[in-house]
Amino acid sequence: MSEKPADWTTGAEAIVYQCCAACGGLQYFRRSFCVSCGAQNSVEKRASGAGTVYATSLVCRAATPETRAHVPYNVVLVDTFEGFRMMAHGDIDLCIGDKVTARFVPFAGRLVPHFEKAE
Amino acid sequence: MSFITGVGLTSYGKHEGSSSLDLMSQAAQLAISDAGLKRSEIDGVLCGYSTVSPHIMLATVFAEHFGIKPSYAHAVQVGGATGLAMTMLAHHLVEAGIVKHVLVVGGENRLTGQSRDASILALAQVGHPDYEVPLGPTIPAYYGLVASRYMHEYGVTQEDLAEFAVLMRSHALTHPGAQFHDAISVTDVMASKPVAMPLKLLDCCPVSDGGAAFVISRERTGEAGVRVRGCAQAHTHQHITAAPALSEFGAEISVAKAKQAAGVAISDVRYAAVYDSFTITLAMLLEDLGLAGRGEAAARVRAGHFSRDGAMPLNTHGGLLSYGHCGVGGAMAHLVETHLQMTGRAGNRQVRDASVALLHGDGGVLSSHVSMFLEQVR
Repeated sequence: MSEKPADWTTGAEAIVYQCCAACGGLQYFRRSFCVSCGAQNSVEKRASGAGTVYATSLVCRAATPETRAHVPYNVVLVDTFEGFRMMAHGDIDLCIGDKVTARFVPFAGRLVPHFEKAE
Repeated sequence: MSFITGVGLTSYGKHEGSSSLDLMSQAAQLAISDAGLKRSEIDGVLCGYSTVSPHIMLATVFAEHFGIKPSYAHAVQVGGATGLAMTMLAHHLVEAGIVKHVLVVGGENRLTGQSRDASILALAQVGHPDYEVPLGPTIPAYYGLVASRYMHEYGVTQEDLAEFAVLMRSHALTHPGAQFHDAISVTDVMASKPVAMPLKLLDCCPVSDGGAAFVISRERTGEAGVRVRGCAQAHTHQHITAAPALSEFGAEISVAKAKQAAGVAISDVRYAAVYDSFTITLAMLLEDLGLAGRGEAAARVRAGHFSRDGAMPLNTHGGLLSYGHCGVGGAMAHLVETHLQMTGRAGNRQVRDASVALLHGDGGVLSSHVSMFLEQVR
């Protein structure tokens, strides 16, 4: 098990996933084992940031003062080029099926992945 | 075999000054009286949770507060599916001979006991703490994501979803205990404030105070016979990011297993009680359960299929969307209403035939599912 490389959940400009060295299974939520086969030798990989929009929801009513300052913001699910699904933010005009690429923006005191249409 | 021998339900809305334990106690007393039992005859207690007053041992806190000393008691937590999950457990407990009468109870002062922001924030924690919650999603946003994809795949429109809010409100108008008594139209739903698009305010259930309870017994305690015919669960994921494809959602799995356990078909069902936290939840679950074809539930609403006098009366008390949602008690009201219908006690809401009912609960973001068939026994 390698050390966890920095990613957006720890403040770095990166999306990281795990690939199981035993079965090849991919997972986004980090664990010390492969969720498919249980092996403990997953390899941490950095995602390209490319993907396709799977679903969107424009949040217009937020629950904290910190997030309320950002409304409306678009919460999206993206199927990444690498093959896992992730939640992120996205441009407001994104549609399901759009090819997108990630950058990182400040949100409520954190850095979060934000997808925009690929060039 | 197990029977639902008594039900109790408070009005939903504001119960200023009532604690979660007060609301649970009110509903519990109603259910025990309805079953014709004395408190001392209750030997099992299952309760849900309260986000306002969290406790690691809520069932024993409740038992002490209420004044009973059960031989079996604990809390159950499966989000919105908790009520039916407790009923399923109670069914198995009495069938196994462990207890005779299980009190199933849920209640919370969710509306007046905390701010609406606190409720929204507490509920958003069903999201992943590292990979979802930092993005500022809310429960409506999780379901908004589901809605956008479902609409995309099956050509469902926002106007279609609005039909479910209108239907639930029309049912609530005939129930004095419902939180809302103003009629609404599709236009009103469409014009309501955006919350998490495509969901607007009237696509979302409210936050309520209230309590609900039932007694599940090994034998009937009176003439009324409502029997648990069969039930099943399915748990496919917790977080929406980790959810399977829409075509593999858990409701289909749990209802298939429940049909097998009960030995009934959807064509036998005469009354439906289906979880409706949002309009999209109800639309999807009706289609997952086989009560409508894919993308066709809204057309069935328009045709009156799910109305009180329709072929498949649905949530005749108004559901979570209009009777109200006080947490665990929220979806328990669906079972209380089903019981009243099956025992001919629904008054001006009474349907012609509720001989076989299908109930379905959903917790999380379509994460945990419980399907249950109830049957009228003469």
